[in-house]
Amino acid sequence: MENKLKLEVITPYGEVLNEEVDEVYTTGAEGDFGVFPGHCAFMTAIRIGSLSYKKNGQMNYLFVNRGYCEVLNDRVLVLVGSAERVEEIDIERAKAALARAEERIRRAEAGEPDIDYARAQAALERATIRIQLATKLIPK
Amino acid sequence: MPTLRDIRKKIKAIQGTKKITSAMKMVAAAKLRKVQDSMLRYRPYATKMQQVLSDLAGAVEARGDVPPLLLRRPIKNVEILIITSDKGLCGAFNTNILRVATKEIERLKKEGLNVIISVVGRKARDYFKRRDISLKNVWTGISGKLQYAHAQVITQEMINSYVSEAVDEILIIYNEFKSVIAQRVVVNRILPIGRIASEPTEQPVFIPFTYEPRAPELLAMLLPIYIEIQVYRALLESQAAEEAARMTAMDNATKNCDELIKKTTLVANKVRQASITKELMDIVGGVEALKQNE
Repeated sequence: MENKLKLEVITPYGEVLNEEVDEVYTTGAEGDFGVFPGHCAFMTAIRIGSLSYKKNGQMNYLFVNRGYCEVLNDRVLVLVGSAERVEEIDIERAKAALARAEERIRRAEAGEPDIDYARAQAALERATIRIQLATKLIPK
Repeated sequence: MPTLRDIRKKIKAIQGTKKITSAMKMVAAAKLRKVQDSMLRYRPYATKMQQVLSDLAGAVEARGDVPPLLLRRPIKNVEILIITSDKGLCGAFNTNILRVATKEIERLKKEGLNVIISVVGRKARDYFKRRDISLKNVWTGISGKLQYAHAQVITQEMINSYVSEAVDEILIIYNEFKSVIAQRVVVNRILPIGRIASEPTEQPVFIPFTYEPRAPELLAMLLPIYIEIQVYRALLESQAAEEAARMTAMDNATKNCDELIKKTTLVANKVRQASITKELMDIVGGVEALKQNE
């Protein structure tokens, strides 16, 4: 009998993924974790980062925003603010966002008021991970 | 007495206006469909998340360990977030909401509370600026290109001021989309959350979940998302209501144009006939005069 996981990724813009997969890996509140079929019931918050899954021996990668993850009866439910396939990441846009975030952080550190430091840092984190994912993982 | 040519010109002008209003109606209809579509796509995320959070909150509350965002405290400062549109030409959409908001502000002030106002949309900003009322936060440029990220930013700001105890309660006032012809102004409390609402499901089965981190901390991490959901829904509703209101307003404008054209055409015809009659009388009078001369 074949053991499969049902992976569902849902965002406010609709369902991104609903597939039968073999393995799922992502970053939880307390570090990376992997899910194989037969995993125990599990709940965690998801951090900004990557979500990958193996299907038919092939790895697929997604960029995910923060959210929530639940594993129950071989069903992995992921609710995140946004999710995009690595192939769909716009590197140019991510690079522009990175430069913008760095600039804001520099200005905030120079003592300029009216700049939301935490927001700039979150933007920096998002952009960095997007670029990492896009440049490392896209099969050439 | 206007000349025939003046009246014809006026009719042309009204026809031009009619073309514009009917085009705007069509655009509003298309936008409304788009917003309704994103509301539909948003539903699974919202309901599922709400479900999860209410289960989690139930589990946590049973242990008597309630995170601060859920707790009420004595209220001194109230923040009101008013959602309007950026653009006008949408009937009484903005007027309605600002009227309710003003009433609500007065009511709260009468209770001796300090009211802090934040707004979404240019219309609300201009309204309070004209009355020299200072605003805490102003978000514009959202309507038309609403993103979930907008809700995240607004929520973050709200949580910050709530946690730092700058405000003790946050209300949100927006237009709810009931149907294309009906919008309703609603006032909702965003913070403190109080009880998490969720649609009743089948008998809750107790599942021994492994929580990571422990349930209370996990709940505290996820609660901001609950607020995001509420804010995003309010923004979506307001957007749909705005386009619906614009559609109705433009439809009425188009109908009014039709009526004006009819009326003015009637006047034009009367003027034309009057001038023909006058000319005829001149001719007849001339002929009579010639006859008498013979």
